[in-house]
Amino acid sequence: MYSRKSLRALPPQRPHKLKLSAILGKAIIYLLVVGIALVLLVPFAWTITTALKTPQQTLRIPMEWIPNPVVWQNFVTAWTVKPFAIYYRNSLLIAALNIIGQILSCSLVAYGFSRLRFPGRDVLFLVVLGTMMIPFQILIIPRFILFKNLGWLDSLLPLIVPQFFAGAFNIFLLRQYFMTIPTELDDAAKIDGCNHFDIFWRIILPLSKPALGALMVFEFLGSWDDFLGPLIYISKDSNYTVALGLNAFRNDFFMEWNIFMAAAAVAMILPLAVFFIAQEYFIGGIALTGSGGVKG
Amino acid sequence: MAQFLRTNKPFSARTADPHARGAQAVPREKGGRREWLTGYLFISPWIIGFVIFTLGPFLASLVLSFTEWDLIGSPQFIGGENYIQLVQDQYFWQSLKVTSIYALGRVPLGIIVGIATALLLNQRIKFRGLWRTIYYMPVVLPPVAVSMLWMWIFNPQFGIINSVLWTAFGIQGPAWLLDENWVLPSLMTMAVWGMLGRNMIIYLSGLQGIAPEMYEAAEIDGANSWHKFFSITVPMLTPIIFFNLVMGMMDSFKLFTQAYVMTQGGPRYASLFYVYYLYQHAFQRFHMGYASAMAWVFFLILMAFTVLVFRSSKTWVYYESTFGKAG
Repeated sequence: MYSRKSLRALPPQRPHKLKLSAILGKAIIYLLVVGIALVLLVPFAWTITTALKTPQQTLRIPMEWIPNPVVWQNFVTAWTVKPFAIYYRNSLLIAALNIIGQILSCSLVAYGFSRLRFPGRDVLFLVVLGTMMIPFQILIIPRFILFKNLGWLDSLLPLIVPQFFAGAFNIFLLRQYFMTIPTELDDAAKIDGCNHFDIFWRIILPLSKPALGALMVFEFLGSWDDFLGPLIYISKDSNYTVALGLNAFRNDFFMEWNIFMAAAAVAMILPLAVFFIAQEYFIGGIALTGSGGVKG
Repeated sequence: MAQFLRTNKPFSARTADPHARGAQAVPREKGGRREWLTGYLFISPWIIGFVIFTLGPFLASLVLSFTEWDLIGSPQFIGGENYIQLVQDQYFWQSLKVTSIYALGRVPLGIIVGIATALLLNQRIKFRGLWRTIYYMPVVLPPVAVSMLWMWIFNPQFGIINSVLWTAFGIQGPAWLLDENWVLPSLMTMAVWGMLGRNMIIYLSGLQGIAPEMYEAAEIDGANSWHKFFSITVPMLTPIIFFNLVMGMMDSFKLFTQAYVMTQGGPRYASLFYVYYLYQHAFQRFHMGYASAMAWVFFLILMAFTVLVFRSSKTWVYYESTFGKAG
């Protein structure tokens, strides 16, 4: 601390020689920041304007940014021509149950790994970490056969039930967080006669809101974005998720880009809304784990 | 709760304190055994799930890889036949080539763009939160929707890129996704757009973990910004670069949705990604044994790569004691 202060107290070396170049540098930085933001935003704008155009206007050269006339009807068409309400319901149901399943199971397991002593604990935790290295792709065929034998194919069960059995990444995330909660709290609770489940439920969980929040948003995105899973397990239209419904759209409306983009926008709205509402959990969660948590 | 936490802090030696009741006060073995049971109970959801949904399928796919099975009847044991066929399968090699080229392009690109944007946002600028939000937005979008959007962006006649190229510069742009030579660069561009925000946040947290004293000390020694960047910033970021490298390679190898939705492996197998090819064998032609062999080769490649990167990391990843691994 002392050395830092003494360093700071040193006189600035080149006081005003750099003024012009400093302003220039600032200008370049802002130009770049705004430029990148624009490049990132253009695809969004392109989605929205296309979704509001007539089919003729989407195929006009040179292309036009402003829809004329504005066809709100495209969204209605996209929503009704395929039963998107059902897709939305299925996706929401899966997402909600995935979140509940992961939060319940992973926090219990993480508590076990961070607070209790039992033989083989550290080895088992290494196994947890090791399973993160096993790509999901190597498991899909046997899982498909398993669900086929259980008679679960073409239902939502294969997308829901496994989520109640603690995913490795989330265990890791929560365990790391639980480790930062001082054990003095547990000891105090033990003196008050609490057992481990009480400690878990009344102390650890309430203190872990940031980690649980991050888990929730990542789990929501993971299930909303999942494509390979639904593609393999589901074939009935009434069991489609939003991702599958969109894909079906691609086959049926290939050249109608305005309807196509309206449907894409419909699928993007919810994750974007969740992101804006729960932004701090996204950013915080990444800092917490060093990764996006989103399934690739 | 915070108050409670603070008042308890001075007693941090309490854990070792014998007067605390509960597990420690009870004779060791009895209490220990009780704790064992509780421990296993707590982790049982993982143990059950691990056996049924991970370990079982993991071993089953190994067994299946030595069989021939089209889901009808029972699997026929054929020894290493699938693996022999795999080595002779030109599309297997094509898919490995496509996936590797994609990974080799996308991962370094993602790292460079991620560091560059993080450096940019690490400057003293106004509305940093706003920029961070905008940069992160593409990350949260569903891959299927993003794939559809970029199909439209890359449309050879009416897509925004070729439209602008034609109107503004009079250039007829390539057919992007429909052109063998452009399909992979197109997919890389799209991937960089989609993950810039995530990488940027990770590097930003790394940059903020570098002590300003280091730069100040370097300045006193007369280092210019260039020196400072390559002698301080880059070495301090190597743990994150390492992390990004491993995760990026994994993600590239697992790419499926874009190949399925946007290109179906085409044109002329130029985007035949490994997992997409595996999917074709397993769920379109129902070659369960062959696809399982592919899955195991996939797993072994990823393992070999990871071991290689971890081995090499000792020579180029710099761990400072106060600066833990990636977050």
